[in-house]
Amino acid sequence: MRALTSCIGPWCVARCLSDLLLICHWVCVSVSHSTDFEVHRNWLAITHSLPVSRWYHENTSEWTLDYPPLFAWFELGLSHAARHFDPDMLLVENLNYASPSTVLFQRLSVIFTDLLFIYAARECCRCVQDQKGSRDVLNRPSFVLAVLLLWNFGLLIVDHIHFQYNGFLFGFLLLSVAKHLQRQHLQGALLFSVLLNLKHIYLYVAPAYGVYLLRSYCFTQDNKDGSVSWSSFSPLRLLALGGIVASVCALSFGPFIAMGQLPQVLSRLFPFKRGLCHAYWAPNIWALYNTLDKILATLGVRLKLLQEAGLPRASMTGGLVQEFQHSVLPSVTPSITLVCTLLSILPAVASIWFRPRGARGFLRCLLLCALGSFVFGWHVHEKAILIAILPLSILAVENREDAGIFLVLTTTGHYSLFPLLFTPAELPIKVSLMLLFTIYSFTALRKLYSGRGSLLRPLESVYLLGLVGVAFACEVAFPLSPWQQKLPFLPLLATSVYCSLGVCYSFLRLYASLLRPPGKPKQP
Amino acid sequence: MQTWSLVSMCVLLGIVVRWGVSLNSYSGAGKPPMFGDYEAQRHWQEVTYNLPLQEWYSNTTENDLNYWGLDYPPLTAYHSLVCAYVAKTINPEWVDLHKSRGYESPAHKLFMRATVLVADLLIYIPAVVLYCLYLTDGSTKKKVCTVFCFLLYPGLILIDYGHFQYNGVSLGFALWGVLALGLGWDALGSLAFCLALNYKQMELYHALPFFCYLLGKSVKLGLMGRGLFLLVRIASTVLVTFALCWLPFLSDPGDAMQVVRRIFPVARGLFEDKVANAWCSLNILIKIRSILSSDSQIYISFACTLLAVLPSCVRLLMKPTFWQFKLALVRGIQLIILPLFLKDGLLVPYAVTSLAFLFFSIYLLSALEHCSEEELRLGAFHKLLFCLPKLDLFYISVSAMAGLSVVTVALVPPTHLPDLFPVLVSSTAFLHFLGTFIYFNIVQFSEPPSRKSQKKND
Repeated sequence: MRALTSCIGPWCVARCLSDLLLICHWVCVSVSHSTDFEVHRNWLAITHSLPVSRWYHENTSEWTLDYPPLFAWFELGLSHAARHFDPDMLLVENLNYASPSTVLFQRLSVIFTDLLFIYAARECCRCVQDQKGSRDVLNRPSFVLAVLLLWNFGLLIVDHIHFQYNGFLFGFLLLSVAKHLQRQHLQGALLFSVLLNLKHIYLYVAPAYGVYLLRSYCFTQDNKDGSVSWSSFSPLRLLALGGIVASVCALSFGPFIAMGQLPQVLSRLFPFKRGLCHAYWAPNIWALYNTLDKILATLGVRLKLLQEAGLPRASMTGGLVQEFQHSVLPSVTPSITLVCTLLSILPAVASIWFRPRGARGFLRCLLLCALGSFVFGWHVHEKAILIAILPLSILAVENREDAGIFLVLTTTGHYSLFPLLFTPAELPIKVSLMLLFTIYSFTALRKLYSGRGSLLRPLESVYLLGLVGVAFACEVAFPLSPWQQKLPFLPLLATSVYCSLGVCYSFLRLYASLLRPPGKPKQP
Repeated sequence: MQTWSLVSMCVLLGIVVRWGVSLNSYSGAGKPPMFGDYEAQRHWQEVTYNLPLQEWYSNTTENDLNYWGLDYPPLTAYHSLVCAYVAKTINPEWVDLHKSRGYESPAHKLFMRATVLVADLLIYIPAVVLYCLYLTDGSTKKKVCTVFCFLLYPGLILIDYGHFQYNGVSLGFALWGVLALGLGWDALGSLAFCLALNYKQMELYHALPFFCYLLGKSVKLGLMGRGLFLLVRIASTVLVTFALCWLPFLSDPGDAMQVVRRIFPVARGLFEDKVANAWCSLNILIKIRSILSSDSQIYISFACTLLAVLPSCVRLLMKPTFWQFKLALVRGIQLIILPLFLKDGLLVPYAVTSLAFLFFSIYLLSALEHCSEEELRLGAFHKLLFCLPKLDLFYISVSAMAGLSVVTVALVPPTHLPDLFPVLVSSTAFLHFLGTFIYFNIVQFSEPPSRKSQKKND
């Protein structure tokens, strides 16, 4: 077996694993799906049955089209294939239609589009430098990265069980990052423009792209001390970039601008009427803020400092997405979150302007933009943590400190996805897959950096062990306890608060690693 | 990477695949009045919980044996009783006498599937892991691959988690028996195998190799000394185990005989549900049923089965090494029951798990190609089938199986041959069985290569 594996590249072994992965996806075909399934079915119906002018006005279903137009074109393409499986799913009136052929088609479409993700993962693995030596295939950084990307627990659940096309979209993101790592900036820019026009949530990381491309691509040279050499500015490159972005946007938005529907499209894409937090609080700073507000309110009522009647009704996690007023602390508006987000990513962006560290510095900045937007953003979905986790995998296999941060962020982030799958039927699968990924990431990264001490600091290890306790309490102990009826939101609250601690901590550590001057010895 | 982490990852993957398959349909779902094996297991929980032990296997007003009467040995009944106690605490409606017939609900399906997974986790999976880690040769990676292939074996997953049965329990016990024998703990091995036998009478297929190996080993140790001591220990272990399992039925010999009659229903005939065996295949050429009477069929079938396994058992008696014992065990008959899966709507899981298994067998087999022909002792095999090189044979058989699977699903059989496809599947399965049977006979009877492990087991 050793002879066999040493002569085939790590990619071949990883490809064998990716075959197994596709097979596992098939196995999940029968698992129950979420509302997102109906969302996408509805979009297939809208794009297939209605003229383009009606796409962003249609609201028969509550799940209106709220992705950019390029995604609508993508759904149109899919709908032509869907016709052969079950034409009834393409009728707009067929709300919540979920015949077996429909489910099969939808799942197949995710599996099929995931091929792009597999290709992107392969490109990323090619960018990772393997040390020369007699290292066994299974211990090479490129192989570890392949498994960490392809078997990412979060992606598996969100795409294949919960149902979305994130694999497809992350394929574009990772491919774009890989192109930048390979110094093919124009291709990277093209891929990112396409991505932005497929799902606008990636605006989170647009500042990183913008500043990096401007600084490191448009300015062809640096001064000797690393600062900007204004004379080396290349208008041609700027024009090329601008041209690429403009043409992709034109392709996507063109027809709607021509029909004068741009304001309508934008209002659908950015629905700020939704609340500060999603029905289930994403583990960000606002979850901690909300909890503090709740605690202060309860204390205030107990200590007779506040009137209970004067407090707004608590339904932050009641399952409905509403606007919410805080009781004690000042209310948070979308503009406040925008300002906080911009302030949080400013140091990172400034860092790659003043001290560019090449493509890996760009990757770090991208991570920080994604994580900053997650921590401070308005109406963030917990799934957005994947935008930070996947690129961090690339850094984790190359740098020891990043590996430690990766372990904390990934385990915490993945655990925060548990409430997405809440039926008892899904419990064994989500626990087994989570354990599988966690065991692999810990053992593989430890092996990669063996001999230089533990990857995790003691406090971090204690925190992660605490996750096990929280998991047990929320999944097993709480449903069987008497508080289940009185305080049904308690497990969600506990999960989100506990995970936000881990996420915010990882954010701070990543910042520290970016802002630390190069060459300074790392703390043990 | 550390062994424990690799093994735990394999086990977790095995659990994911098993649970994924179990979310699909089960045997007899939504098909009154008889439903299927799932309803049979639920019914046994109902019977064992509500009725006194003496009535479990008898036809009474409360217990209609025509509706999925108990036909497995007592250990299955005790297992059903334990599950019934759990079921009662969760939802008494699941085991209400008579009223719960045909009970189907998502929660109940979850419970039943969970019982299969728990049984597997407690009995089958640990046996597989320990067997592959301690009794297979090769590097750690090879052992882990073996664990992986074992756990991903589609046949068992589909039958247990798709169709719905508890084969993992009896196979697990039998594997514990093999493990114990391999480590030299003969009494414990016999105990485990007796438990397997008392769970499902189908384990009788493996009884002869166990018997011959242990007898041969005792004879080799000397019937006047240690051999006799060993024989006595094994015999008493077997008797005590059987006695303990059958204890509640032994108070009345009539009860015990009724159980035996239920377990070995010789009146059912040879062709039950077109399972893969020689008779089904032979029947294509000669209409056996019309030539022979029911009794003669039974005697001839018994005689032929005995003849088929006799050579390997004699060899095992003369040369009781663990290697020979393992070879003899391979004679366990493997049933490919695609039509049964189709009846239960399990085509997708069937395709998926078969594909997974094939992929990994192919990858492992290509590793095997690096072994010398001598190790595989295929020289003699080739002499028999001189026209077909080894690799082509593998791909031919894979293509045949794939082709049959596709054809069975996609095409409708001609009206004058309605059972064409199930019979073809059975015949193909039997041909495969025959092929591997001959191969392993050759392997067992040719000179084994000198191996370090061989000496260790002797």
